[in-house]
Amino acid sequence: MSNASTSSILQEVQPRKPWVNRSQSVREMVKPTLIAGIIAIAIVLFTGLAGPLGFYFSFVLAFIVVSFIDGMRHDKVKAIDKVMTTLVTAGFATAFIPWASILFTVFQRGASAIYFGYFTHDMSYTSADDELGMGGLSHALVGSLLILLMASIIAIPFGIVTALYITEVKGKLSGLVRVIVQSMSGVPSIVAGLFVYAVVVSRYSFSGVAGAIALSILMLPTVARTSEEVLKLVPDDLRSSAYALGASQMATTFRIVLPTARSGLITASMLGLARVAGETAPLILTAYYSAVYSLKVTGQPLASLPMYIFQNFSTGTDTALTRAWGGAAVLLSFIFILFIIARIAGRGSRK
Amino acid sequence: MENDDINLIVNATNTNAATGGNALDEGRVGTNGLQTKGIHVWFGKHHVLEDISLDFPANSVTGLIGPSGCGKSTFLRVLNRMHEFIPGAAMAGEVFLDGEEIYGPKVDVTAMRLKVGMVFQKPNPFPSMTIAENVLAGLKLANIKVQDKDSLLEECLTRAGLWKEVKDRLKLSGSSLSGGQQQRLCIARALAVKPKVLLMDEPCSALDPASTLKVEETIVQLSADMTIVVVTHNMQQAARVSDFCAFFLSDGGPGQVVEADRTAVIFSSPSDQRTADYVQGRFG
Repeated sequence: MSNASTSSILQEVQPRKPWVNRSQSVREMVKPTLIAGIIAIAIVLFTGLAGPLGFYFSFVLAFIVVSFIDGMRHDKVKAIDKVMTTLVTAGFATAFIPWASILFTVFQRGASAIYFGYFTHDMSYTSADDELGMGGLSHALVGSLLILLMASIIAIPFGIVTALYITEVKGKLSGLVRVIVQSMSGVPSIVAGLFVYAVVVSRYSFSGVAGAIALSILMLPTVARTSEEVLKLVPDDLRSSAYALGASQMATTFRIVLPTARSGLITASMLGLARVAGETAPLILTAYYSAVYSLKVTGQPLASLPMYIFQNFSTGTDTALTRAWGGAAVLLSFIFILFIIARIAGRGSRK
Repeated sequence: MENDDINLIVNATNTNAATGGNALDEGRVGTNGLQTKGIHVWFGKHHVLEDISLDFPANSVTGLIGPSGCGKSTFLRVLNRMHEFIPGAAMAGEVFLDGEEIYGPKVDVTAMRLKVGMVFQKPNPFPSMTIAENVLAGLKLANIKVQDKDSLLEECLTRAGLWKEVKDRLKLSGSSLSGGQQQRLCIARALAVKPKVLLMDEPCSALDPASTLKVEETIVQLSADMTIVVVTHNMQQAARVSDFCAFFLSDGGPGQVVEADRTAVIFSSPSDQRTADYVQGRFG
């Protein structure tokens, strides 16, 4: 007794995780994977199912059967558990395929279009079917940034204020406003473009501002709906405490509710932004396209990444298509960077 | 049951004279505190409180006791008009703070709530703020300017019995504290706007015994210059901290006050049999 306790004092106690047994779980996975792999290869070789997709399909099927049989060596519950685990994993993997495939294709095809000058030149002295290594999309990148910035300035405050009306003010029209916002999210993007064309473009001209208005119409419902859900998550206790401290409704909303929901509201804004960053249809009718780098957002067309892709794709030659893919790669990275910024900004609220 | 029976009004001046005064009663004569007259409360058509007339003498602790669902918390919320945030709520009767009717037409509700602080059942520090910001939140929310914020911060945290524990981490989030500390932070937050009355809705129900003890000590200390109303389910707590007690009861209908008197009387020689049964733990 005393021996045992002294030895445990003398020996340094190391933190362990006895519930993790990696080598055993790997061993448990290796055998069914190998068997399912062999079966899948056999199916691909000897039946009509061929190619990587055929292999994937037969592998998943074989894996389900193998894991069921493997589990049945213990009992039925274990077998069903294994099959469900396999199904869920296979579902995830299947959903992952198009995602990975799109990313891969875009970057593979677009890679040859991208060089340093791609981000500093515009297309004013270069035509779409000129050799790669000339021209660039600086005009489209800056145009997109300007249009999205203006759309955000319009849509984010209005979206959050709309959500505040529904959750905080709880005015008599809350229900109606919520229904309208919901139905607004169903407005086809081309309709928003057409509307702005009729109201703005036909009176003045194609412009970045017109594009921003069209995008803000599409952005508003996403921001409002997501913000509403986020604001609902703020505990009522906090509102009560603020009121009990002698705060007005405005002070409670702006000093307590909004700061508490900050990270969620940033996420809501970024979702709205990502929703419209790749919109093309409304821009055809509003901002249109220009090959020249410009910071002027009124009175003349303004380029944007989706329109750059669309223009190059319409030209249709090999180099133009590669340029389109390059633009797609830049657009995807652009949205990805937006999300990372949102993540970092959102995390900042927890100290 | 007749109203005269159920509405024994606790009157500070009278009890003071009757008992010849003790340490707790010093300086109480002539002050006003909080009075309610004939408070009724409805939620929709549901009548939850009937004709509550109580007198909370200044600088004393009054405990509201009674089984769950008899309307104690609702009554507490009537005292600082938090009750009116509940949709479908309605009320009758009058509440006087230092002789002024708080439901009067010219009353500035937010200014009134500055005088009547509240501590809730669950600790709820503002998660977006640091410990220091939490304490001073009331000033910021009500746009009150203070000369020396640091000394006010220290004063409030000291009075809430939290200063020693947090003085080195005032810049941390309020959520980083333990439950008991969070509750004392909420008390400090309520104190910063210098309320005359402090309402506490089961302030210790989510706390461990050690934190409970600290909060109770805080309550007793605060009552030196503050009127405190505390709802509690804990008989011992009511006996320990309160000077006066009101026993609420609902027999299926709206909640009523069965008996209200000095705490010593309620616990030793209550006049109503149901009060005796309740404080001795025979029901509820």
